Amino acid sequence: MNETTGGIEDDEGSGIVKKFMFVNRKAPYGTIYALEGLEVVLISAAFDQDVSMAFLDDGVYQLVKGQHTKALAVKNFSPTYRALEGYDIEKLYVERESLEMRGLNADDLLVPVEVLSSAAMGDLMKTQDVVIGF
Amino acid sequence: MKFGIMVNEGPYTHQATDSAYQFAKATLEKGHQIYRVFFYHDGVNNATRLTEPPQDDRNVVARWSKLAEEHGIDLVVCVAAALRRGICDENLAPGFRISGLGQLVEAGIQADRLVVFGD
Repeated sequence: MNETTGGIEDDEGSGIVKKFMFVNRKAPYGTIYALEGLEVVLISAAFDQDVSMAFLDDGVYQLVKGQHTKALAVKNFSPTYRALEGYDIEKLYVERESLEMRGLNADDLLVPVEVLSSAAMGDLMKTQDVVIGF
Repeated sequence: MKFGIMVNEGPYTHQATDSAYQFAKATLEKGHQIYRVFFYHDGVNNATRLTEPPQDDRNVVARWSKLAEEHGIDLVVCVAAALRRGICDENLAPGFRISGLGQLVEAGIQADRLVVFGD
């Protein structure tokens, strides 16, 4: 098995480039969705697809600076979001309403993002080929 | 049309896998194809052959196995998610195989629609 692509040979899926959007709606800790979701995003980078990530609802907490998980005895995986750029995953969209509702703004986040209104986020989702929510 | 299906929740606790199964059946009855069913998160628990539901309840795992046998459906369990949860070749139900996350991305690329069943 090819470790990078998770069992897919490099020549499979060749030529087709789809718009993949990974939609993150849950807090980083408390459930495993954010962590395992991020694993899918990293794998997708090996397939030369048009990948973006959206953060809505409690999912915006995934990007908040200064996460400390020692007391929870779980891994702080927030540095991974900073590494996404190295995988050419640079389209990160955050819903404005979700930020505002939680008293946050773009300065509170670990990485540069594009803040979009709920309506604009919806329009962007409509343009995607594959939307996977975590 | 060629469908990919993603199942993100385990059996019995959550309806996701029931809905996915019913969707898969309806898909085939209407003459469409299923490119692959991919099990992720607690969805990997749909692949254990050790499950023994009461007689008067549906057998979620056996139902997937039967669908795979009758229609040649590719049932793929994510290896990382599976190992975390104690799903391995030794307790894998018939018709399932364990592979990497690339199989999910590939399903997204190859299928006309990827339908996600989860929380």
